[in-house]
Amino acid sequence: MAKLTFTTQKTTWLFAAVLAAITIVVPILNLAVPETSALHVPTYILSLFGKYLAFALLALSVDLIWGYCGILSLGHGAFFALGGYAMGMYLMRQIGDRGVYGNPELPDFMVFLDWQELPWYWLGFDNFFFAMAMVMLVPGALAFIFGWFAFRSRVSGVYLSIITQAMTFALMLAFFRNDMGFGGNNGLTDFKEILGFDLRSQGTRAGLFVASGVALLAGFLICRAIVASKLGKILVGIRDAESRTRFLGYRVEHYKLFVFTLSAVMAGVAGALYVPQVGIINPGEFAPGNSIEIVIWVALGGRGTLIGAIMGAILVNLAKSYLTAAFPEVWLFALGGLFVAVTLLLPKGVVGAVGIWGNMGARAPGGKS
Amino acid sequence: MTEVLYLDGISVSFGGFKALNDLSLVVEPGEMRAIIGPNGAGKTTMMDVITGRTRPDKGTALFQGGHDLTRMDEAEIANLGIGRKFQKPTVFESHSVEDNLLLAQKAPRGPFATLIAKLSGAQQDAIDETLQTIALTGDRHRPAGDLSHGQKQWLEIGMLLMQQPDLLLVDEPVAGMTDAETEQTADLLRQISKTRSVVVVEHDMEFVRALGTKVSVLHEGSVLSEGPLDVVQNDAKVIEVYLGR
Repeated sequence: MAKLTFTTQKTTWLFAAVLAAITIVVPILNLAVPETSALHVPTYILSLFGKYLAFALLALSVDLIWGYCGILSLGHGAFFALGGYAMGMYLMRQIGDRGVYGNPELPDFMVFLDWQELPWYWLGFDNFFFAMAMVMLVPGALAFIFGWFAFRSRVSGVYLSIITQAMTFALMLAFFRNDMGFGGNNGLTDFKEILGFDLRSQGTRAGLFVASGVALLAGFLICRAIVASKLGKILVGIRDAESRTRFLGYRVEHYKLFVFTLSAVMAGVAGALYVPQVGIINPGEFAPGNSIEIVIWVALGGRGTLIGAIMGAILVNLAKSYLTAAFPEVWLFALGGLFVAVTLLLPKGVVGAVGIWGNMGARAPGGKS
Repeated sequence: MTEVLYLDGISVSFGGFKALNDLSLVVEPGEMRAIIGPNGAGKTTMMDVITGRTRPDKGTALFQGGHDLTRMDEAEIANLGIGRKFQKPTVFESHSVEDNLLLAQKAPRGPFATLIAKLSGAQQDAIDETLQTIALTGDRHRPAGDLSHGQKQWLEIGMLLMQQPDLLLVDEPVAGMTDAETEQTADLLRQISKTRSVVVVEHDMEFVRALGTKVSVLHEGSVLSEGPLDVVQNDAKVIEVYLGR
């Protein structure tokens, strides 16, 4: 065991070091290396990978609950989108009187709807720190309330998956409505600045990349600390033998609630990093299909390994970026085919197949090794 | 001295079927009790009522005189000091043998306590001692899923010991064991019952005889007969239930 723990720890620090190096080196290659050099990273690539890092954090949040605690959420896209909307609201308020209608208080879509004043739930979003608190609090509070009822009533397995899916679908329908006050089907867009920095400038984009890298690294280390603790072992116990855990005296619903809420907060942060890099947030982010895609990233990379979730998110999105541009009509078939192939051939995902990363705190689900 | 377990007039029905019918049973401190009975007699349902998995329709279930078991959930009852071994051995298959014991060990059970928990020297000693008792010291680092059926049964008993309960409920501990293992298990249970109360549900008559304890015979949800095995076996009602009709 001692040897195993050692290699696991070594892998953790190695992976963390690689993440840190990417976070530092890629922006330097973008900003400091001249465009004529072969080593130069173009800004659009930088932003593309910044988006992948946000997705990787989202995948990590799903792996924490699904890979380690057996909670299959098919609605995590909702927490991601809520975090994104909170960030979007801050960015909307930053536009000020530079909107099409030039109203210093109201975002364009409110002027268009002939609203006279800002709704109460938009108050405070002109303050960056308030908005960042909301990025974490809103998804966290929704997950806490949702989880409180679901886990206390012992809803689990496929039933829980279905109601998480229903939750994100209901939110999508709600956010499509104009009178919700979040821009209806157009969502929030036309952002100008974040903390006074022009969103279109190269430096801001590099800054957002660094922020995404740092958030991913922090998320990875937090998840690693959790799964290596006694709490992490109990989560795996719940995953493998829930009633045994209960009869040992653990309140399973408290454990699930803790990890589900934390995971939703992480997803919210990922959404907040995603929105300024793509420049828009709309109700399409709540689409049930998005949440299912996250689960596919995790399954592909290797469930219950943390590193696998990160790798899966990046690899699938790389393939998606390439395929949707080169062969737009085959992308969905490719994704479906990949999922089937991995389920059949690599039940522990890419990372499990590689082997050396297959053990992170506990053995990954999917049979004996 | 108050009874460890006091069941009086417990009835449970599932959609018209009476799983327990006015069941009464008393277990004294330090007593070992064997429960036998044909399939469907209500043995497992009785365990479910005691451990909070099933709520009785009526009746009283008290632990150590003062705790009303019908109002508590599984985790609360487990923390009171009632441990349960399932019929099918249930261990954490992907955890090592040692970690299985660690999770069972009596310690604060809340998420924040376990997040920062550190294993103390005394706790490690307790784990080592239990590993010896259940003869799994050499297998401590193996995943529990790789153990043989008999070893899993022992590991689960070891997990119960780590909980330090006052009452152990043990459901068919020797199912699927070899004769030698059965004998060792009987020794282990007799040793355990020196310091705590044990209720054993078992089909294997040889094993019950080896335990040498008072026996309660369950039939159609209530206690049919009670006493030493020899007396019970010669009870006309018991013979009729087992052999007659």
